[in-house]
Order: sequence, then C-alpha cells, then structure tokens
Amino acid sequence: MTDQPILEIDKLSISFFTRLREIPAVMDFSATVMPGEALGLVGESGCGKSTVALGVMQDLGVNGRIVGGSIKFKGRDLCAMTPEELRDIRGSEIAMIYQEPMASLNPAMKIGKQLMEVPMIHEGVSEKEAYARALEVVTDVKLPDPERMLKSYPHQLSGGQQQRIVIAMALMSKPSLLILDEPTTALDVTVEAAVVELVKDLGKKYGTSMLFISHNLGLVLETCDRICVMYSGEAVERGSIEDVFDEMQHPYTQALFRSIPLPGADKNARPLVAIPGNFPLPHERPDGCNFGPRCDYFEAGRCDAGFIPMEPVPGNDRHQSRCLKFQEIDWNAPLQASETTEKPEPGPVVLKMDNLKKYYEVAANALFGGGDKKVVKANETLSFEARESETLAIVGESGCGKSTFAKVLMGLETATEGQILLDNQSIGDTAIESRDTKTVADIQMVFQNPFDTLNPSMTVGRQIMRALEIFGVGVNDTERRDRMLQLLDLVKLPRAFADRMPRQLSGGQKQRVGIARAFAGDARIVVADEPVSALDVSVQAAVTDLLMEIQREHKTTLLFISHDLSIVRYLSDRVMVMYLGHVVELGSTDQVFSPPYHPYTEALLSAVPIADTSVKKKHIVLEGDIPSAMNPPSGCPFQTRCGWKSKVAGGLCEKEVPPVRMLAEGHQIKCHLSDADLSDMEPVIQIAAE
Amino acid sequence: MEPLTWTGAVGAFLNPIFAIIVGLFVIALIVQLVLGLFAPAMTLQANPDGTLAGRGGALGATETAGKYLFLAVIALILVYVIAPLILPYGMVGIIGEMSQRFLPVWIALIVTFTLSIIYRRKLGLYGKLFDSTVGMIGFGIVMFWVFTAVFVGLFDWIATHDYLTQVSGLKNKTPGVPVPEGTVGDIPHYLLGGDNLARDIFSRVVSGSTFVIAIAPLATIFAFMVGITLGLPAGYYGGLLDTVLSFLANLILAFPVILLFYLLVTPEIVQTGIPSYMAAFLFVFPLVFFGVLLNSRYYTQPAKRTAILVPVLGILGWLYLSIINQKGTVIDFLPAWMDLFDITILVVFVSVVFVNAPTVFRIVRGLTLDLRTRDYVAAAQTRGEGAWYIMLWEILPNARGPLIVDFCLRIGYTTILLGTLGFFGLGLSSESPDWGSTINEGRKLLLIFVHPALPPAVALLSLVLGLNLLADGLREESLKD
Amino acid sequence: MGLFILRRLGVMILTALCLTFIVFWLTNLGPNLEKLAKTQGNARMSDEAVVSWLENRGYSQPLPVKYGQWLGVLPGYVIEGTDRETRARCATPGQPIEEASSFCGILQGDWGFSTVFKDEVSSIVATRLGLTGKLMLAVMLVMVPGALIIGVLAGMREGSRTDRSLSTVSIITTATPEYVSGVILIAALATKAFIEWDTIPFKGTATAAMDDANFENFFLPVITIALYGMGYIARMTRASMTEVMTAQYIRTARLKGVSFPKIVLKHALRNALIAPFTVIMLQFPWLLNGVVIVETLFNYKGFGWVLVQAAGNNDIELLLGVSIVSVFVVLITQLISDIGYVFLNPRIRIS
Repeated sequence: MTDQPILEIDKLSISFFTRLREIPAVMDFSATVMPGEALGLVGESGCGKSTVALGVMQDLGVNGRIVGGSIKFKGRDLCAMTPEELRDIRGSEIAMIYQEPMASLNPAMKIGKQLMEVPMIHEGVSEKEAYARALEVVTDVKLPDPERMLKSYPHQLSGGQQQRIVIAMALMSKPSLLILDEPTTALDVTVEAAVVELVKDLGKKYGTSMLFISHNLGLVLETCDRICVMYSGEAVERGSIEDVFDEMQHPYTQALFRSIPLPGADKNARPLVAIPGNFPLPHERPDGCNFGPRCDYFEAGRCDAGFIPMEPVPGNDRHQSRCLKFQEIDWNAPLQASETTEKPEPGPVVLKMDNLKKYYEVAANALFGGGDKKVVKANETLSFEARESETLAIVGESGCGKSTFAKVLMGLETATEGQILLDNQSIGDTAIESRDTKTVADIQMVFQNPFDTLNPSMTVGRQIMRALEIFGVGVNDTERRDRMLQLLDLVKLPRAFADRMPRQLSGGQKQRVGIARAFAGDARIVVADEPVSALDVSVQAAVTDLLMEIQREHKTTLLFISHDLSIVRYLSDRVMVMYLGHVVELGSTDQVFSPPYHPYTEALLSAVPIADTSVKKKHIVLEGDIPSAMNPPSGCPFQTRCGWKSKVAGGLCEKEVPPVRMLAEGHQIKCHLSDADLSDMEPVIQIAAE
Repeated sequence: MEPLTWTGAVGAFLNPIFAIIVGLFVIALIVQLVLGLFAPAMTLQANPDGTLAGRGGALGATETAGKYLFLAVIALILVYVIAPLILPYGMVGIIGEMSQRFLPVWIALIVTFTLSIIYRRKLGLYGKLFDSTVGMIGFGIVMFWVFTAVFVGLFDWIATHDYLTQVSGLKNKTPGVPVPEGTVGDIPHYLLGGDNLARDIFSRVVSGSTFVIAIAPLATIFAFMVGITLGLPAGYYGGLLDTVLSFLANLILAFPVILLFYLLVTPEIVQTGIPSYMAAFLFVFPLVFFGVLLNSRYYTQPAKRTAILVPVLGILGWLYLSIINQKGTVIDFLPAWMDLFDITILVVFVSVVFVNAPTVFRIVRGLTLDLRTRDYVAAAQTRGEGAWYIMLWEILPNARGPLIVDFCLRIGYTTILLGTLGFFGLGLSSESPDWGSTINEGRKLLLIFVHPALPPAVALLSLVLGLNLLADGLREESLKD
Repeated sequence: MGLFILRRLGVMILTALCLTFIVFWLTNLGPNLEKLAKTQGNARMSDEAVVSWLENRGYSQPLPVKYGQWLGVLPGYVIEGTDRETRARCATPGQPIEEASSFCGILQGDWGFSTVFKDEVSSIVATRLGLTGKLMLAVMLVMVPGALIIGVLAGMREGSRTDRSLSTVSIITTATPEYVSGVILIAALATKAFIEWDTIPFKGTATAAMDDANFENFFLPVITIALYGMGYIARMTRASMTEVMTAQYIRTARLKGVSFPKIVLKHALRNALIAPFTVIMLQFPWLLNGVVIVETLFNYKGFGWVLVQAAGNNDIELLLGVSIVSVFVVLITQLISDIGYVFLNPRIRIS
C-alpha cells in the first residue's frame, strides 16, 4: 500500500462555540487511512470521536468550527471546498452510517426512493438504472425479498434490516471511504454480529476504506486493521491492531483494557481495575496530559507542564503514543495483586420460581382498536431457585422476557400462572400495593438507564430519605438523614452529594445513588437490570465491583440481567439464558460457558466481540432477526435461526417445544438435539496458548 | 387651556428626526429580510481569540446599519419618555404627559430589572429569563401592566380622572382636549380624549388593567388546578377513567366558546344558581390538590402530616367557602362575618375556568403519559409508593417546564376570553372599565371616532403579546438545561 | 380502517347527543322559559299566566320528553290547554291537529320555528351558513397557504434572521384577537384617521359583501379572521419544521449530497406538515369564534350573527339549530383531521 492515502487528517482541531466560551472538542488529531484499510476510532463517550467523523463530513452544525489543521481526502483539502464541491463528494465518495438506523431513514419515504436518490443525484442515472442498482445493493446486504424491501417504508422493517438498508444506502455509489459511527450500538448482540460480518465482507468486496467509530474494543479488533484510541479530545495512541492490543504504550489504553472483563482470566487472577476519577469536562481539562489526574504513572511537574506531542514508538510501524513516559514504564509489570476475596458459600434458597408464566393480552391492532386479542407469552414456565449471596445472571436479547420477569418479581405485574416463593411464601400473585413493607424492602431493583433512574427535580439525599421513610427506617428525620449519609458512604460517594441535584452527577454516580436507594431497606434480593450497560467502560468496572462488594457484605441475592456475556461470565455464579420467553439453558457459569451448549447460547457466545488478540472464536452468524414475541414461531422458539436444526430428524424442531433436559447436576437445557450431537460441540472461545 | 398636541413643543423638532430614523430602520429591516432569504447559510469565521465573527458583505453592512438605527430609535423613544420629567407640563404633549403619569411604573420596572439582573444566577428559571432578549421584553411588558394595575388599584395613582365621571361637553372629544374649569382631576386635559359618555379614556384604560390583572391569572390558576388534578390520574391509570375524562374534556372542547358563553353567562342562568354550583365544583379542586399533595408526602409520619394538613386545609377551606358563598344566590349559608369577599362576576370567572380546564387537562395527561414510563417512576413503584405520590411528587415536578410555559400562554388566552366577554357585553356591566367592554363601546362609532376604541385595543394587544413573548423566552431557556 | 371510522363516528354521534342535550337543558331552564313567555306573550304576565302559557305549549313536560320530541324519537305533544285550545307540536299554524304528523324533530328534518325571525329555522340556518361559508372559504384560502409558507420558511433554518423576523410576526398575530385586530384595521384602513389621501381603500362594514363580495368590502373581515389563526398555524408549522430539520434522516440526506432546497422539499416538507395538518383542522372551532366576532364587528349577517341574535333573544329552536350545526362542523373536522393524519403518516397507516 504505497499509493496516496484516502484520508489524511493532520493536526485537526475542532471547537464548538457557545455564547459564553469556546469548547474545544478535538485537539491536535492526526490520522491516515490508506485505500482498503479500516481504521478504528475508540474512546469513551465525549472523547470527540464522533466530532472527528462529522469534521470529515464537514457537517459540524452552526456552532462547530474547524479551528486548525487540515483534512485531506485523496489529496484535496475538504476544509477549503465550496458547498457544491462538498455535496458532490458526500454520498458518492464519502458515505456515513450512524447509530440509530430508524432515525437515519426518512419515515415518510419508501426505501427504494431513498436508495435510488443517491446515484440519481451523483451520477445522473435514469430512474430505471437507479432501481436496478438499488436492487443489486439490497441483495448484496443480504436482505430477503429485495423487491418488497424497496417498496416498504422504514418502520415496516426490523432494526437489523433497517441498519442493512442504511449500509446499502451508503454503498449505493461505491464510495471510497465509509464512516461508521457506532453502527451497531442499538442492535442486539446476535444481530450486531451479523451486521459487522456484513460490513467486513462488503468493505472487502467494494474495496472501501473505513473509519469505524466505536466504544467497544472487541468490535474494533474484529473489524479494523488499525486503531486510534482517543481520550478527552486527543488521540492518545495509534497503531496497528496487534501493536496496540499487545504492546500498548499509553497508560489510558492500558487502563481501558484492564477495566473490561476478558474471558482469558478469572476474577481472582485478573480482577477488573476501574479507572479512578471522572472524565474531565471539555472546559475543565487539566494542563498537560489530559489523563494525568487519573493516571497511575502521573508525575507532577512533568506530566502537567505543557503540551504533550505524539511520539512514535520505536520499532513498530506507525505506532505512536502521546505520553512522556512511555519508554520508562514497564508495560509488562503484573498488576499489583489486589486483595483476593473469598467467595462466600451460597446460603439457603431465598427465592424460588415455580412454573411461572406471564401472558399478556394485546389488541392485535393498537391504533384502530377492537379486532382479535392476541396473547403474548412473555414468560413461559420459568422455574429456578436463587440462594442467599448468590449471583444469578439472566441473559438474553430484546424480547426474551427478562424485563417482564423482573416486573412480575417486583410485583408491578402479577403472574398468570405458577408461583414465586420468597422464603417459602408465595408472592407471585400479590401486586406491590398489597405486599407488606418488609417484602417490598426485601426485593429491590437497580435500573438500566442512569439518566432516568433518579427523579431530576429532587435532591439525591431526599430521594434516598424518601425510600427510608417508605421502608419505615428510622424514627425521625435526623436518624434517617444519618442512615442516608451512611448509604452514600456505602456506595463510595462523598456525603456532600446529598444536597446535589441529579443533573450535577455523572452517569456512574447516578447509578451509585440508584444502588444506595435499592439498599435503603436492606434488600435481600436485588434485581439489577443491565445496571452498567449504559455506562462507559471505565466506569462499568467500578460500578460492577461496588455491586459485588455490597453483595458480599450483605449476603444479597443478586439477579443480574444482562446481554453482555463477558460481564456475566466475570461476576455470576449461575447463568440463565432466555430466548423469546423460554429458558433455553440454565446452569453454573462454567457449565453454560463450556460445551455442550444450547445452540442459542453457542451463537450468543460467538457473537460477543472480545478485545483480546489471543482469543480465537468459532464463527457462527445467525440468520435473520429475533422473531416478535407477538408472533412466535411454532415448535422450538429458536428453530428459525438455529444452525443445528438439520441434525434433528423429522422436523421435530418446528413441531414441538423441546422438553427441559438435565445434562448434569444443575445444568438444564431446552433442546431436541441428541446427546451425541451435544457432546460433539466444540468450545466457542479458545485462548491461544502463548 | 389649550388642547394638547401629541408631542407638544418638543415634538416640533424631534418628530422629523424620529420619522427619518424610523423610516431608515424599516428600510434596513426589509432589505435584510429580502437579502436573508437569498443569502447562503451564515458562515461564521472563528477568530484566533476564540470569538466568532459575523459575515461581511452587503448583508453584514445592512445588519450593522440596522443595529445602529435600532439603537437610535430606542434612544429617541427614551427622550420622549424622559423629557417630560424635566420639562414643564405640556411641553412634550400627550405622549409626554402619559409618560409622566406612568412614572411610578417606570421606577418599579427599573428596580425590578436591576435587582433581577444582579441576582439572576440565584433565581433559577426566573433568573435565566434575563438571558433571553425576547423573554426580557415580554417580562417587561407584562410587569408594566402588573405595576399599572397595582398602582391604580391600590393607590389610585396614574389615572387622571375618575373613570366613571361624565363631564359635559367632552363627549367623543379627541385626545388632548382640555376639561372645563372646575372639573375634578389631576390634570386639566383628557389625555386620550373622551368616550361616547364623555368619560376620560386614559383613566378607563389604566383602570381596566386592574380587572384583567386580577382575574386572568387567578382564573388560570384554578383552571390548572382542575386540569392537573384530573389529568394526572387520567394519564397515569389510563383505561376507563382516562376514556371517560377525555370524553368529557373533548365534549367541552367541541363546544364553540362563544356559544358556551352565550348560554352560560346570562342573568337567567345566574338566577338558576348554576354558576354557584359550578363554582362549588370547580373551586374544590385546589383543596383536593393540596390535601392529596401533602398527605401523599407525609402519610408515613402521621403526626407531622396532621400538623401541616390541618392549617393548610383550614385556610383553603375558609377561602373556598368565602368564594362560593355569596349573598342572594343559592349558596348563601355562611354568616356574614365569615364571608371574606363576594365576587360579583362569579359567572364570568367560572366560565373562563370551565373553558380553560379541559385544555390543561389534555396537556397534563399527555405529559403524564410520557413521564410515567421513566425509570424513576418504576423505582417509586417498586418501593411501594402510592399512586398519588408518584403522580404529584415524581411526575408533576418534572412536567413543570411545559406547564409554566403554557401557564403564561394561557393567561394571555384568558385575557382574550375576558375581552371577548366584554366585547359581547356578557356578564359585565356596561360601566365596567375592562378593555373588552371599552372596545365594544368604542367600536360602535368606530367609523366616525377612532380614538375611543384604539387605546383599549392596543392595551390588550400589548399585554397578550407580552405574555406570549414571556412564554417564548421561558420555553427557550427551559430547553437549554 | 373502516372500523376506525365507524368507531369515530359512534363517538361523534354520542358527543353530538350530549352537547345538544346540554344546550337543550340550558335553554329550557326555568328563568329562560319565563323570559320566553314574557317576550312572546305579554311582558306584564302574572306568574300564574306564565305557568299556564308554558304548560299550554308543552314547555312544562319533563326535560327528557321534550328533548326526545325535539329530536324526533318521541311523538310530539298534543295538549289541550287551560284556554280550551288544543295545540300540537307538529301542527303548523292553521293546520288542523288531526292532520299533523305525530313525529316532528330534527330526525324528521323539522328544525322548528324561529321566534325572532318568524321563519323556519332550517331555512335561516341554510342561508346564513352559505354566507358564512363564503367568508370561511376566503379565510382558508388566505390563511392556510400563508401560514404554511411562513412556518416552513421560518423553520427551515432555525435561528436565522428570517426565522426570527417571521416568528415575531406570528407571535404578534397570535396575540391579537379578532376584536382587537378588527378595530385596529378598520381604524387604520377604513377611516380617515390615519389616511392622508382622498379615497379610503377599504370599507369598515361588510354588509354589502353579503350579496356582492369584492376586495374593498371583503378584505378586512377576511384578513381579520385569517391573521389570528395564521400566527398559530405558522408557529406549529415552524416548530414541526425545525424538529424535522434536526432529525437524523435530514442529516443522512445532507450527507448523501442532496442539495438544501431538495432536502426541504423532498425530505422535510411531508414529515413537517403532518402536525400542522391536525392543527389546521382543529382550527375550525376557532374560526367559528372569529366568525362570530367579525360578523358582529363588520355587520355581516351570516351564521355567527344569527348565533348572537338567537342567543341574545333566547330563541330556543334557532339556538338549538345553530348549536347542532356548529357542533357538527367541529366534530366533522375532528374526524377529517384524524383520518387525514392516518393518511399522511405512513407509520400509522400500515401498522
């Protein structure tokens, strides 16, 4: 690859201007993308990675300005182009794909028209030719029934299909550069895997260079050739994937890797290390190294002295780091062994589900009303037990019924059939209003979205105090205030936060308040509904650790709902895999994460991107999307996407729901596959011996 | 006495200058508008010092010119306003004298603005209003009328004559007419002329502000109480309750307002006592609202709850009874010493609340539908909070932004409704100085005498405009969070 | 879809029944009837005379019975009065009682007889509605395109000077109710007060426009109504347009290389017009308000003027007729707005 680079960004600086001040979003950013190369841009939210993409597109809005540096596309400076020239390049030479597929498509325009527009604008082709082109590209992105697709409106498609259409639209004019801004964040894991696969294949097929923006290191590893790590508006390290992943040369990159759970190590040998402190606000960046205040290797007087340039790492090709000390740091030094904690033995059974069923009746046609009622089977015969101080993970993608299950357990809904036994007392058909305070306080929940979990117009302290009031803790306000401050201590927040409003807190801090509130009445069972999935990677580790620590102290039973298998593997004792309301597999963590698997578990494991170059994964890509719970397939819920279906004779999978089988002590699975087939399964994840 | 001219002696040389500058300003404005339609989107240039420079070229030039001209216009207006304070009576004509009469209002406005701007960072949303030009202008206009109403109503300042006294010989006389010797009044002129009953129009207009400023916000508050108390459960519970309440709200909304007024606001209806019953029903909502609000918050501490609830409900209950209890109507049971006040235009008040409440209901219901899916609502549910606590303490405070904006708009709308009632002579006595009635009186001879109808029309327009601008500013600022 | 319209129609009829019943109840309250008796009979009637006058004419029957008769689902009354005269609801003056039909209500097409105009209600309503229809049509023709253009121009570049100027204009017009703008417009354009030259461009009364509408006599009433609604619709359009212009798919289109005018016309407009459409339709009850004010102000004897006359004189049958028509106008526009919304918005149409 000696020819001219497709994209050459040189010392780019972008600022946003408000009435009060200039806010620098990107500073001194350089990057090069060669033809056919894929560059990954990684960083946490707010680090400026999307701003770089918009800067390349010259679409920074009214307030955004490029204040320095240049962006050259095939040797031409994009910043110096007239609007007309830019319009020519956009869509035909550079195309962009973003996060929300639904929002990226015009809801009032047929998909065909939206696709055909691209070549019609840029190449002036006839409508007929454009249609033929659209058909071809839609076929390329592996959508079923392309002609029908072109005739439909965006809302008639599922999320995965929409994202494929967006990709198709980007490829309509065979651009030389494709910018993908978190293209799969809104999608389920198995769908994400398929889309990533597609992007990779098409990139090769069309010879397109890619700028892939993501917060997920694993995803970048799977898709890109080179990587650039950003922190607070600056690129801190860049190089080839292998160099950066295996020989990282910047403390932030290292800290980032240490804070994500990898399958290669267990929690005692390689505990998660959270990055201390918080992401600096754009106008409160420190002098010198932005990462300085959170860095383990920080040296006062040197790291905060002034501008720090990117320096090449000797010996590696185009590998650079923005650190003064990278040549002094011993990158292979083992982690200081944090105190290894003994896992307490699970106690007696606290919670028992017995053939729990939850059906909803839904009007078939929501808007026009009337008509047939459909029964949505949100939970189908759920049975399991959870013990004291045990972590049970519930894993599944959207529509699998995990949230419904949480609602029934909390008493926000009542079970259609079956029982929930708390200390051998049935609470399954008691709505929350009729539960006694003790029961309510015993089962509490931590919510997913940190921006939604706290009432925005009440101080943090008041919200916790209110929970204490309701649970009848303390006899007067002074006592409750003391207890509230203790709870803040428990979640490691400064006591001064009691008088803050939620909007003054960061996502991770809000989530901590949410945890404090859940433990206000000394909850014995805590349902954590994806408590960290909306947080940044470096914060995730801290919140997860906090949750586990409190659990150890309080002997809490933790029901951890998640779609993220890495974190589940890291913290849970037992795992329950759900698909379309069915429990397809249940067992201890080791049992579930090693063969024999349920075919769905196998696909799920394969779909999770892992940020470790030494891990070899089996490649399983599922066809299609998750069926709607309104309209589930006949027989086995997974049969429409199952890769093992052909091994079962007589089309049994399409006819009957498989029975629950016990494979080993405490390991159950819902599948028709024969024992022989199951034992033939190979492990999905293998760690290459080093 | 000589009749006053509009701008007096000072005007002789100020007026031409003013006319020229205003003319230039209008031209600049039009040129800008036309150019703006065709000019490309604003291209800002970032300067090295971190500021942004505007565009140059023809458009930029007209913009700068327009800015200076605007400042000149403002400066000249200030001259007209300030000059009469220094010059002797009559020098600046009618405009000068009017400005002089409003002196207490100017002082109050200056004090309010100075204090607010100094402490704006500590004043929450109200303080942020002073970051928005539109909001400030709106707030200024609204406060102008509020202060006018207060000073006229409480201290009898500003007005020059009694608004009911008829002075013979001044019927339909044009602005600036001198009053005959010996007429009681602060100044020897009718500043804005006389109406068809020879009363002073200026005094009637400023007195009319008390009526609007007293009734419109109060009626809007009641409408909000009703709308909130019913809209929250309708949105939160949904189902049958929602269907029934929404049906009733739509029922009222499908009624053309004027028809409703003509049916409700008549002496015969007052005779049947229907307004009193409606008042008894509608005005009980604040009582319910505050009762439930406090109870849901403090029910876990019964002693504290009772200590708070009893006085609050006691006072509110007393007010409630005083409002609905009225001599000579169907509801007349309170002994006279307990009846604090009588509202003579109860029927007007009730019908305005009645017309506004369904719209508020719909807004609150919509907001509730949106907010009830939030996680913090779910969190409250999972700790076993009562439904009313969730509605009033978890949902309502977070709906306050749109509600405050709508509150301002709705006061303006209520002002329009009150004007409509006056315009059709419904429910108000013909002597009432309220703007609607005054417009109605004036418009009958409009084709011959313009001056009686215009001042109340402009007054009403400015107040409603002020409220709309205020709402706009608030919306803008509340969205910035 | 059919089911949806059917359900809406059901709700609509129920609403109409409730509303007419309320109007019926309010107009038939004791004091109103007493006033009617005194204006129709004798202003100095004794209380007993009033009672017997009302009894003889069927007004003393229970309210639901009267309503049923008016509606035409109950047979009209035949009452032998205290004055030995037999009166029947359905007998026209001079017609023998025996020949009168037994049902005569709205459903039979019999709208009753106006006591003020001494004419059939149906014919009064029909002629006046025609006149008002003319006015409304002119208003719509001015208001809707004007408002949409202002809204779209203002909303396509949020915060630009065009936006700010046009938004200010729309705020001012929404702050000006018809009785204010009417007065100001007449004063400014139809009197000598502010006009220096000899001929006055417009007429301050629209009475002549009832037979022969032209620019001179029709412009002011039309623009008076249109202004108030225009600002509101324009603001809605602007809000919806700015929202659409910041949508992700507009960015997609921009980054596809679509030019700005095409983005506005092809991508934004349709999505932006969904919300204002509903608003325009729901403006009809408002227009009715404006019509009443403007017809009074400009002395244009249309439907609104009749409403004022009927209500002011407690002309029960006429008032009921007027109410029915106005309520139906409101309800039908609501229905159209619902159906139109569904058609405009593909998201709802198909799911």
